[in-house]
Amino acid sequence: MRTIRIGSGAGYSGDRIEPAIELAEKGDIQYLVFECLGERTVALAQQARMKNPDSGYDPLLEERMRAVLPICAAKGIKIVTNMGAANPEAAARKTADIARSLGLSALKVAAVVGDDVLDACKDGDLPIMEFDGTIRQLGNRLLSANAYLGAEPMAQALTAGADIVITGRASDPALFLAPMIHAFGWAMDDWNLLGQGTVAGHLLECAGQITGGYFADPGYKDVPDLARLGFPIGEVGEDGSLVITKVAGSGGAVTARTCKEQLLYEVHDPAKYFQPDVVADFSQVKVEEIGPDRVRVSGGRGARRTDTLKVSVGYVDSYIGEGQISYAGPGALARGRLALDIVRERFKLTGVDASEWRFELVGVDSLHGPEVSARANDPYEVRVRVSGRTENLREAVRIGNEVETLYTNGPAAGGGVWKAARDVVAVASVLLPRELAKPQIRFVGA
Amino acid sequence: MKLREIAHSRTGDKGNISNISVIAYDAKDYALLREQVTAARVKAHFAGIVQGEVVRYELPNLSALNFVMDQALGGGVTRSLALDAHGKSLSSALLDLDIALAQDNKQ
Repeated sequence: MRTIRIGSGAGYSGDRIEPAIELAEKGDIQYLVFECLGERTVALAQQARMKNPDSGYDPLLEERMRAVLPICAAKGIKIVTNMGAANPEAAARKTADIARSLGLSALKVAAVVGDDVLDACKDGDLPIMEFDGTIRQLGNRLLSANAYLGAEPMAQALTAGADIVITGRASDPALFLAPMIHAFGWAMDDWNLLGQGTVAGHLLECAGQITGGYFADPGYKDVPDLARLGFPIGEVGEDGSLVITKVAGSGGAVTARTCKEQLLYEVHDPAKYFQPDVVADFSQVKVEEIGPDRVRVSGGRGARRTDTLKVSVGYVDSYIGEGQISYAGPGALARGRLALDIVRERFKLTGVDASEWRFELVGVDSLHGPEVSARANDPYEVRVRVSGRTENLREAVRIGNEVETLYTNGPAAGGGVWKAARDVVAVASVLLPRELAKPQIRFVGA
Repeated sequence: MKLREIAHSRTGDKGNISNISVIAYDAKDYALLREQVTAARVKAHFAGIVQGEVVRYELPNLSALNFVMDQALGGGVTRSLALDAHGKSLSSALLDLDIALAQDNKQ
């Protein structure tokens, strides 16, 4: 039976780079996937592209490509990534330039375009899923609308000879499904294979989160050598069989426990994991440790895909202002609480207008609020944190300023003020009839 | 006994929805999880955080439960005022849940 090994070289845009180099050098992989595109990153990248038409792709593209291209070219490892963000063609051109500068002119780089469906969404004035309203009602706050594309165009690009496939918004598991479809010729209506392939992609897409990252809990779940965490490899057979493993000698661990946690990560109904290519069913999945850092994962299934694609809509939501200050030593908690009371009253006196507030003490109740945190002991130090949502930047600035005035007007011995004000680009979702997204492949000469 | 003694957990986020897995270390404790870690208890445990419904899914093959908590992330990860906008630290709070040990399960 034919088997491929797919490495996961990044779980988010700022991820560590050496583990990807290690995968390329020592992982015996045929494909290296970089998942680098967060929920709202496309919207932010779209803003950058509006200012400069040659930008709008991942800021670490060059660093990552320079690090892995020579090894991947030497070993014939194909790269699939969503580092194209809001501008896959510019990312592909940049990658071709880098390849040329490294003496690797033979590499074929393909961009997958067509995830930008802003016009189609406006034409249809589609309803927003998360709140009452439609696309057009966002008016000039609307920044971007990008459909989660499936694996098919990426697989086609590989089959057409691409060594590097760069996409914008695509479903994360589809980045991994594409090499499987390309290598094994899986039919796009073989729902069970696509479902099991989605299990593989889902497990791999967050890179270190299945090899011991986001997992360690000393005394309960110990993980060796997290500073040298190895990134995962999926060994996939043409029948969909799957073993998750990592480079021998790298840090971290692949165990049944790490695989179970990652299988359910960001999953709602496990029997209905909606993807562009399939509705995957994780409910019957089994995991089995078959060797050191080797876990077999089986039982993923699937059902017919839906007629719509999920679209991530970026919009300017509001502004947030924030200020922080610290107190320490005996009475720190009481002084922190006094500081919060003062700031609350100041906002009333000076008329700072925010629609939503948080007044909290970092180290005491900032993560889970006063009810859940009620059992906290008195800490040695506390950090006051006040944040508020405003209609404009000027109002947001006033929030941090008010916290800053605690230096000379607040409780004794407050130090280390930090303040910030920013606009908030948020994302919402709409469902677009699938035929309205028209993905295309564009090859760029190296 | 705390839930932490018999289960591990991971939080994920999508928009304003948080999901938390609760996975038995040992398959024999799965029944205890099913019996005691109910959707209603999880909702009560997260009073002040989770504004919406809590739905529980069961995964017997994995000895795991998956809790899906609506309106749990301060309006959504991308717009939340919270320090931990993703709610990544919620799993640790859930592991603080008290579990009553049945007589025949005592070690």
